Amino acid sequence: MMNDQTKTKIESFISSKPVVLFMKGSPEFPMCGFSAKVVELLASTGMDRNQLASLDVLEDPEVREGIKEFSSWPTLPQLYVKGQFIGGCDIVMDLAEKGELSDLVSEFK
Amino acid sequence: MTPDELKIRLEALGPDTQVEVDDLTGTQNHYQATIESSVFEGKSMIQQHQMVYALVKEEMASNEVHALSLKTSVPKKG
Repeated sequence: MMNDQTKTKIESFISSKPVVLFMKGSPEFPMCGFSAKVVELLASTGMDRNQLASLDVLEDPEVREGIKEFSSWPTLPQLYVKGQFIGGCDIVMDLAEKGELSDLVSEFK
Repeated sequence: MTPDELKIRLEALGPDTQVEVDDLTGTQNHYQATIESSVFEGKSMIQQHQMVYALVKEEMASNEVHALSLKTSVPKKG
């Protein structure tokens, strides 16, 4: 079970920026294909890079497990916009295909 | 977890569930599943996916299944 400290850390990180991505590696050096895909799709919306906060779960094992419990979603990456869980790679790809991803982050361009 | 085991596990979603499982890497731990079921009716995509992941929660937590990419849909009527 996730301890409160991890939960608070996750919650505060999610509210730190309008667009938040829990991923393996960083946007500059993604360490997993699915994480890299989400970073690429976010970049293709033209959103302002400073509006994105990303956390490398490979450097934080407690958050790596805690985030799965927090969103009841078993995999990474996980994208949050304005504090709301959007989904993993599949859902972000589907949103991008429908043009809904850029709508979602349009105010952060 | 073999493709057949995964297929049977996902068919437990509901009586009219149609499941197609592809082993993406041939290593029986990176799967893509295409699932059509009326249990997804009225559910958002996230909820649909969460329903599926709930069925393989242990296998994913233990990393026996490392990746499970999902395509979920509701059967077309008529």
